Amino acid sequence: MISTAIVMAIAIYLVFIYSPIEVEMGVIQKVFYFHVALAWTSFLAFFIVFISSIQYLRTESRKWDITAYTSAEIGVLFTGLTLVLGSIWAETTWGVWWTWDPRLTTTLVMFIIYIGYLTLRKSIETQKKGRLSAVYGVIAFISVPLTYLSIEIWETLHPTVIRGGEISMDTSMFITMIVSVIAFTLLYITLMKIRIRIEKNKDRINQIKKQDRKY
Amino acid sequence: MRIYLSKTLVLVYKDLLVEMKTKEMLTTMLAFSTMVIIILNFALPSYSVSEFKEIFPGLLWITFVFAGILGLNQSFAFERESNSIKGVLQTPIDWSAIYLGKTISNYIIILSVELLTLLVFIALFNLTWIIEYLPKIVLVILVGTFGFISVGTLLSAITSSSRLQTMILPVLLFPVILPILVGSVEATQLAITGGGDYIPWIQLLIAYAVIFFTASILTFNYVMGE
Repeated sequence: MISTAIVMAIAIYLVFIYSPIEVEMGVIQKVFYFHVALAWTSFLAFFIVFISSIQYLRTESRKWDITAYTSAEIGVLFTGLTLVLGSIWAETTWGVWWTWDPRLTTTLVMFIIYIGYLTLRKSIETQKKGRLSAVYGVIAFISVPLTYLSIEIWETLHPTVIRGGEISMDTSMFITMIVSVIAFTLLYITLMKIRIRIEKNKDRINQIKKQDRKY
Repeated sequence: MRIYLSKTLVLVYKDLLVEMKTKEMLTTMLAFSTMVIIILNFALPSYSVSEFKEIFPGLLWITFVFAGILGLNQSFAFERESNSIKGVLQTPIDWSAIYLGKTISNYIIILSVELLTLLVFIALFNLTWIIEYLPKIVLVILVGTFGFISVGTLLSAITSSSRLQTMILPVLLFPVILPILVGSVEATQLAITGGGDYIPWIQLLIAYAVIFFTASILTFNYVMGE
């Protein structure tokens, strides 16, 4: 937890003080570091949902159910922030808040898919809750690359930093980006730890309540 | 394998028999899609044939998925209401056969609705120019609908346990089937405008259908059972 705070502080320093102000876009370009970091972390989060869902279906262990659920929550939060920051960036650079670019569209679709996942979980009250949401967790993740593939055929406006192994970016900016990606990945891990602990405590409280009722 | 298939076909026969007796799904979906077409007529500005060719594929597939979702919502309702799903589950057969049976019966019913909807479209919008493209369009419908129904049947089984039931199915299904929708609209567009080869899109649709079908059949056992 402390290491996350330290790396996050370094990242913030690099973003706001160390890295130069971009000539064309100006200060608004700094949004990019957080935007990329959040986008990467939400992909990671949804990948974890996928893996944990498969593991839950195999083992039926509550641990994996909690991991899948909490990761989806954080993923939805991070994707939401990615979209908002991206919009702010787009407004100054492209002059519009939103455009139906493949990258943007697939991210929005992914956001809706996992909101669906969370809603589904909330709306099932039986024992099958974990299993049903795990099945959806698997199907949902399969659909993400497919959706990207199907609409990527159209030209993308979205800038790509690394193309064909070459980095089209200033070194100091690249360092800043990498550090902020690491910082957000650590933040994700820390948030996961806290959320999992909360869920486990909830389970324990419920168990104690049940035992209490017996006497 | 033969026993598996014959049992699957019994399930399909049962579903179709129920539908033939009640005709609930067929008439409701068809009435709905006709109503959508009527609303489209009022919502659209006046257009030339070439303009209509541009928007027609989109309109067609929107009507299909909206009508289809009504059918998918009902697909496990009959079993749920009469509690006969327990009986089906107790038959000595792998549960994936239930999925397969439901998918086939949904496919047949929804496909019939779609083809009838296409006829209504042609009649009400006077689409005489479309006749020569009909075989191509039907091919796109056959392939696109299968992908949509295969994952739709699985999700409909999932949502039948949900408190929100009919409300949540579109929210889960539409984002997942977006690739199929994009592919179907593009393929239909290319088929009627002749602006390019539509076969690559058909291949893509088949690939999607196979992926979704395989994933669904592998996970269906977890959806059933207590």
